[in-house]
Amino acid sequence: MQELAKTILSVKDLTVDLDGRSILSGLSFELHEQEMLAIIGPNGAGKTVLLRTLLHMLPYQGEISWMENARIGYVPQRVAADRQLPLSASDLLNAKAHFLKLSQADIERVTSVADLTLELLNANMGILSGGQFQKVLIALALLGQPNVILFDEPTASLDELTQERVYELLHRLKEEQGITVVLVSHDLSVVYRYATMVLCIGKGKPCFGPPKEVLTPEALEALYSAPPKYYQHLREHHGL
Amino acid sequence: MSWLIHPSVGYSIVLALLFAIAAGLVGSFGLMKRMLLAGDVVSHLALPGIGLAFLLKINPLLGAAATLFLGTLLIWRLQKKTGLATESVIGVVFAAALGIGAAIIPSDELVDALFGKNHATSLFGFLLGVLAVFFIIAAIWKLRDRLVLSLFSPEVATATGVNVDRINLYFLLLFSLTILVGLRFMGALLAGSLIILPAAVGRRLTNKMSHFLIASSVASTISVGFGLLLNAAVPKFGPGPSIVMVATLLFCISLIKGVKRAGM
Repeated sequence: MQELAKTILSVKDLTVDLDGRSILSGLSFELHEQEMLAIIGPNGAGKTVLLRTLLHMLPYQGEISWMENARIGYVPQRVAADRQLPLSASDLLNAKAHFLKLSQADIERVTSVADLTLELLNANMGILSGGQFQKVLIALALLGQPNVILFDEPTASLDELTQERVYELLHRLKEEQGITVVLVSHDLSVVYRYATMVLCIGKGKPCFGPPKEVLTPEALEALYSAPPKYYQHLREHHGL
Repeated sequence: MSWLIHPSVGYSIVLALLFAIAAGLVGSFGLMKRMLLAGDVVSHLALPGIGLAFLLKINPLLGAAATLFLGTLLIWRLQKKTGLATESVIGVVFAAALGIGAAIIPSDELVDALFGKNHATSLFGFLLGVLAVFFIIAAIWKLRDRLVLSLFSPEVATATGVNVDRINLYFLLLFSLTILVGLRFMGALLAGSLIILPAAVGRRLTNKMSHFLIASSVASTISVGFGLLLNAAVPKFGPGPSIVMVATLLFCISLIKGVKRAGM
């Protein structure tokens, strides 16, 4: 099956240096249609840098080639602009729809997939809860019928039930709409459950392959230099 | 009040009111992009240009335009880098522009260059100004979707197909052009303030983007209108300071009337 699937993204020997510091080096992997690729690694390993590089936002060496008609949706980890902006979800959705010359029906389709009520759509982004904010980001990414979605830690700062719903939604999008998903995650149980491929970056050599082959206890130990559980704990308590 | 009917003064007033609308719009996006202060620095970059124009005996606005746009390109380059280094460079540029400008502008012109004055506007100047204002308003309208997406998240905008870098440059150029139009009656020190203050008032009063843009433009127009009236009543204030005083008063009123916002 895998050989027959179309290649959506091919990365060869990717190296990224920022401010004289090497962030990524010699990274190679391929992404096929309908796969769910999980990118894992400790903080500071360059996961977000990798996503930004895939969007050609950072200088790099090596090769990044997207399928010709790739339409990319992006769900950022956190939003750089502060939440006090005088913006509502519908302002954002309208801006994107207008730019891509989409119709009101396209907006309605994604708001129903992401389960956004009229009240949420018109509320100022600043008063939305973490889960509601995430829904808006997902709806915004889905607008324009992307065939690949990049999620940067989609569930950071969400409670467990909301996290579960987000992953269910991702899974559904992949299964029902054939959307290819690239996901940065710290949650290894999610990676085991949903990901079809895993890319780990961090200390040592990057690894790439199906979760069962790649995520051995030894590999994880080497990747994080500490048990992942302990790492999770640190993240939660220090907001790292 | 006979000055009101003299055409050249009339031109100045109409141009000032139109400028107010453009300043309100540009300021709204500037506030959302959190670059109002960088913009304020841009306005000071006009000073060395005005000084050079006096030395070369050419129109001061030509000199101002030259250094403004050079400065804009410099700030655009700097925006790509982040951190303390950028901040200190902007601070240095600001101080240097003020110092050099003050040193080379003839002393009897300095106060006007800094704070603006009642200029009579020629028909040509008026038409050029009106053209610039309409260009600014049309460009902001055309770029609004791209601006909203890129100020919300550069990554989301890029994935959507927006060239964020280019949008930032366009916006800075529009910002500088707005400053240039306001320079004559607001002065280099105060031209930036009509971009900052009305946007701050608008933000206090509304939570929705369309309302915000309208509120900022209205606050800006009221500031200029009443500021010019105040200046007519007390000419020694000068137009720039009068306008800023009215805008500040509006901001104070908005603090009392402002809508309650999340986390505030």
